[in-house]
Amino acid sequence: MLARRLIPCLDVRDGQVVKGVRFRDHRVVGDILGLAERYRDEGADELVFYDITASPQGRSVDRSWVARVARVLDIPFCVAGGIRSVADAEAVLAAGAEKVSVNSPALEDPSLIDRLARRFGSQCVVVGIDSAADVSVGPATRWRVHRYTGDVRRSGEADRDTLEWLREAQDRGAGEIVLNCMGSDGVRRGYDIAQLTAARDLCRVPLVASGGAGEAAHFIQVFRDAGVDAALAASVFHSGELPIPQLKSELREAGVLVRPPAPKSAPAQR
Amino acid sequence: MNRDETLIIDSGGANVSSLLFAFERLDTPARLSNDPADLARATRAVLPGVGAAGDAMARLSASGMDLAVRAFQGPLLGICLGMQLLFERSDEGDTQTLGLVPGRVSALKPSPQLPSPHMGWNTLQSLRDDPLLAGIGPDDWFYFVHGYHVAADTDFPSLLARTDYGTAIAAAVRCGNFFGVQFHPERSGQAGARVLRNFLELR
Repeated sequence: MLARRLIPCLDVRDGQVVKGVRFRDHRVVGDILGLAERYRDEGADELVFYDITASPQGRSVDRSWVARVARVLDIPFCVAGGIRSVADAEAVLAAGAEKVSVNSPALEDPSLIDRLARRFGSQCVVVGIDSAADVSVGPATRWRVHRYTGDVRRSGEADRDTLEWLREAQDRGAGEIVLNCMGSDGVRRGYDIAQLTAARDLCRVPLVASGGAGEAAHFIQVFRDAGVDAALAASVFHSGELPIPQLKSELREAGVLVRPPAPKSAPAQR
Repeated sequence: MNRDETLIIDSGGANVSSLLFAFERLDTPARLSNDPADLARATRAVLPGVGAAGDAMARLSASGMDLAVRAFQGPLLGICLGMQLLFERSDEGDTQTLGLVPGRVSALKPSPQLPSPHMGWNTLQSLRDDPLLAGIGPDDWFYFVHGYHVAADTDFPSLLARTDYGTAIAAAVRCGNFFGVQFHPERSGQAGARVLRNFLELR
């Protein structure tokens, strides 16, 4: 059966991997290629590279690193940030990425999702959704989409209900949804299970949980209780506090099916 | 052309680089071409593919590669959509495909329990011994990403291995010199590299 996936997310700014708390105060945590190789060797199932500055400032990612990453990685990876057109996506996929992820540009022009899916197939098209509870309705039962979350000056609520946008994105041809729950992002108190469960109930494509991972129990909970296909995290992996081999062994003990980390430098020969 | 070079058929998919890089990591020459004359001279070939079956077939016929593939005598490996194109027909856009392997491609039925595309790492259940899957066992994991599939609930002669996603999916097939894998060996870690090495050793 299909394994649940663990996806380290590398937020990239100016060619460096950075991480902020609650989308603010970004600091450099390392070099792209070094981190990519480390995660490949530790047994990450996939990587996401997200250029957090590209979308707000209206420019594209510096893509020279995509081909460098593709050369060394023998696992899939996705590039997000600044993908505004079929041509942008084509460049990233041609450089060796498996998937592209679109967020703010898809909110501005939802037909971008249709065009990407038609040209490359849905399996290449990920839609990222930054979402937070709508506090005006009391306890979290409704969530709203936020945009330009990489830029404090421009970030704000988009006029959309999260679950409605999720449904529209998959109807337009999204092949995967990454739901980034902003209330829990960076604070490491666990994934937003209520929101992810609501999303899972209507999501017919793979659903990736993002925001809030701080310990192994959070991953066990999000796979078991919210039924997501994959869990994305950044700081808990980058800091080295929760090594992927250890997390995978805890997940297996808890009955969550994961791909075991590859034995160190041993070819798959018997 | 270098006798040991692998020809990668340019079917217009945007992600052929990952395949070229995989051969680079195996330290073996590979090159991309959409010229049928190149294929006719090649020792072996790979038919990659992402996107829709109809678009890929249209591009193959526009270059004459569809005929060249059918006439090819050496080992040829279809990957993902490339494997599906080896079959007779695809429900994706109701497309007539290459017809080199008997069978038909149909859509996976999505549900919140079993989302489509089938995306991520899965294992193989081997049904027939074949040099393509030499050294591959039930504990080796491969990366899949596809919304269409060849059903493998019932066995058929060209089926080498299947994978379980609530429904049985053809994961590896062979009909004579035509091989196909539904997974992406170029993105399946060491197990995927082993399959590619096996393919390179086929004569």
